Amino acid sequence: MQLHDVWFVLIAVLWTGYFFLEGFDFGVGVLTKLLARDRKEKRVLINTIGPVWDGNEVWLLTAGGATFAAFPEWYATLFSGFYLPLLLILICLIIRGVAFEYRHKRDEERWQANWEHAIFWTSLIPAFLWGVAFANIVRGVKIDDQMEYVGSLFDLLNVYSLLGGLVTLTLFTFHGAVFTSLKTVGEIRQRSRTLATRLGVLTAVLALVFLVWTQVSRGDGKSLIAMVVAVLALVGALGCNLAGREGWSFALSGVTIAAAVAMLFLTLFPNVMPSSLNEAWNLTVTNASSSPYTLKIMTWCAGVATPLVLLYQGWTYWVFRKRIGTQHIVDAH
Amino acid sequence: MDVALAPETLARWQFGITTVYHFLFVPLTISLAALTAGLQTAWVRSEKEKYLRATKFWGKLFLINIAMGVVTGIVQEFQFGMNWSDYSRFVGDIFGAPLAFEALIAFFFESTFIGLWIFGWDKLPKKIHLACIWMVSMGTVLSAYFILAANSWMQHPVGYRINGERGRAELTDFWLVLTQNTALTQFFHTITAAFLVGGAFMVGISAFHLARKKHVPVMRTSLRLGLITLIIAGMGTAISGDLLGKVMFKQQPMKMAAAEALWDGEAPAPFSVFAYGDVEKGHNKVAIEVPGLLSFLANDDFTSFVPGINDVNKAEQEKFGPGDYRPNIPVAYWGFRWMIGFGMASLGVGVLGLWLTRKKFMLPPGLRTGEDEVPHLVLYKQALSPRFATWYWIVALWTMGFPLIANSWGWIFTEMGRQPWVVYGVLRTRDAVSPHVSQAEVLTSMIGFTLLYAVLAVIEVRLLVKYVKLGPPELTEADLNPPTKIGGDDKNPDRPMAFSY
Repeated sequence: MQLHDVWFVLIAVLWTGYFFLEGFDFGVGVLTKLLARDRKEKRVLINTIGPVWDGNEVWLLTAGGATFAAFPEWYATLFSGFYLPLLLILICLIIRGVAFEYRHKRDEERWQANWEHAIFWTSLIPAFLWGVAFANIVRGVKIDDQMEYVGSLFDLLNVYSLLGGLVTLTLFTFHGAVFTSLKTVGEIRQRSRTLATRLGVLTAVLALVFLVWTQVSRGDGKSLIAMVVAVLALVGALGCNLAGREGWSFALSGVTIAAAVAMLFLTLFPNVMPSSLNEAWNLTVTNASSSPYTLKIMTWCAGVATPLVLLYQGWTYWVFRKRIGTQHIVDAH
Repeated sequence: MDVALAPETLARWQFGITTVYHFLFVPLTISLAALTAGLQTAWVRSEKEKYLRATKFWGKLFLINIAMGVVTGIVQEFQFGMNWSDYSRFVGDIFGAPLAFEALIAFFFESTFIGLWIFGWDKLPKKIHLACIWMVSMGTVLSAYFILAANSWMQHPVGYRINGERGRAELTDFWLVLTQNTALTQFFHTITAAFLVGGAFMVGISAFHLARKKHVPVMRTSLRLGLITLIIAGMGTAISGDLLGKVMFKQQPMKMAAAEALWDGEAPAPFSVFAYGDVEKGHNKVAIEVPGLLSFLANDDFTSFVPGINDVNKAEQEKFGPGDYRPNIPVAYWGFRWMIGFGMASLGVGVLGLWLTRKKFMLPPGLRTGEDEVPHLVLYKQALSPRFATWYWIVALWTMGFPLIANSWGWIFTEMGRQPWVVYGVLRTRDAVSPHVSQAEVLTSMIGFTLLYAVLAVIEVRLLVKYVKLGPPELTEADLNPPTKIGGDDKNPDRPMAFSY
């Protein structure tokens, strides 16, 4: 295995980390409107991710930075090509971060309600758009012989990619509902389990169509295995949720995300961004990657830093392991 | 195409707007993290309540500020790919690595431990909680280092070779990129300038309260901490600025000649106090100068030759082919002066303040004040009259803005002074933009970010004002009895969270 292959795997790992972690906190954001009945319940939900959402989001910055360093051509084509969707994602993430920090800092009704709307929409939109983006990467987009994206915004909006967007949106919301059932106490915990079941069924239907479509059009043996794992894990997560095994359910919804990302990357390899115009113009792990020297340095850095990050981020979840409910939220600040 | 709306111009404006805006929050984040950590350390060591109240007060302002710094930073990570894809392709092999290091090492640190600090008051034992804010502080400093190493490579590319076949620059010596003197001096200069912002921020807000005789014990302590920070940082900024200037005279003579509006080389070269010139013809119409001082700034003596704009332009034309290698001279000239002027003015306000509020043993007995009294402002042997005292507090409040202006102009100067290059001597800015991103797209994102940032600025400033006026919070029972176990003491499972969103 050459270093650029290692980095292909590592980029997949970073995106998996991002979708696993920010996946549930996007889901929690969406649930503030689907699940919470009043402001206090909204706050319970928001506080389940309060200490961790920022650290979760850094997985995205790392995936971005690592793509820049390891596959500059991929980074350049992807972000200049998917310009407007990415712009929308960035604007959402800006508002979302501020919304979490500022919502409680004034007591006016309108102030708090506005930030709550913001949290919902800025969680929902990126959760959808990431699916659209990745489905397009897998499907192949109009890339010319100069590695430049030459399509338009409307080329990115096709049935396959929109379905991909719905899959990530529902999957993340399901993942978020399982997470809140694991992290809350009281009546809201019961309701999140009930909602998780419904979301899980919806996710399973959409995901099955999307994954089978992907498998049939560009899959191979390895991607088939990943697909089967993803589907089984999702069914398992649903079952555990029904059985009241919240921890297992969360772990399995996480496995679903990881296996789905793995499947997408397996169908890509050795391409990183296939061209729909001409196969010779595909961006691949070889023609898009950095020099071996840079990859070597990056490998060292990732090899040392990533385990440490996992360790102290894991520790954070352990520190805040207690479930929270409405009784833990004070009214005034 | 109309030059004003050319993709290069728009992309540069967008980068300028988003980056200068981002950098309004960054220096305050860097310095306030460390200052808050220092105050919390004083609380843990001395158990004096004023330190805990100060920690909570400055900590809250720090959090309002860092939220903006974090979210506006996300744009920076992706903007290179969006608007500068040819730049990304050409330099990604080198420039991407420090960015990835920054994310993997610094951002994770900062974001994870800030969550622990915000929510950890009732979850972590005192000392571990304290360690968290120090980790955040370390993260902010590391982050500055990596991104400045990347920027320094654009100012002075080292440790690379050009791969003609792939049409890009490739890294050959990463250690050199991280440790070249451009990176080290720029880091020194940026960090000291960051503390100038934090010091002035503390001084200004303390002055605001002391002038109203409110929250005196906390604000008195904060005033002193702020003044000392301001003075040390001010002197550090001056020293590091001098070092960085000398490095730049060697590495980018054009930038420094432009900073001085020195059209033709001279020996000895004078320092320009005021100049008004004709850019087309390449000379000054009016110039007030201090003889020999520029030679000193460049080379540590008063006689040596410093090349002028016209000389460097000619030399670069011979080296890189025909063209105009001059940056925008008035921006470089005035940017350089605003940077130094506002930076040093804030140092001056700090020195004056520390003298006026000097410690007891330097004061006549009748003017000494206790810990809960507003200090007298004593110029020589008498306290200032109430009118002059009020004047000092007002000046101190306004000084909060000075280092921000200085920081912004410093960046505008150093980035615009490097033009027409994006990587000095290697890649021109016009060759760095995304070739297939349309004018409409760049315009959309530029207007989008600008409007969003404007709205957020109003929200942020109003929130800061609210919490500044509120003053330090009263301490609760829970504040004074932090948990002894990680995860919190579980005497009462229904106890409300010490902090919740």
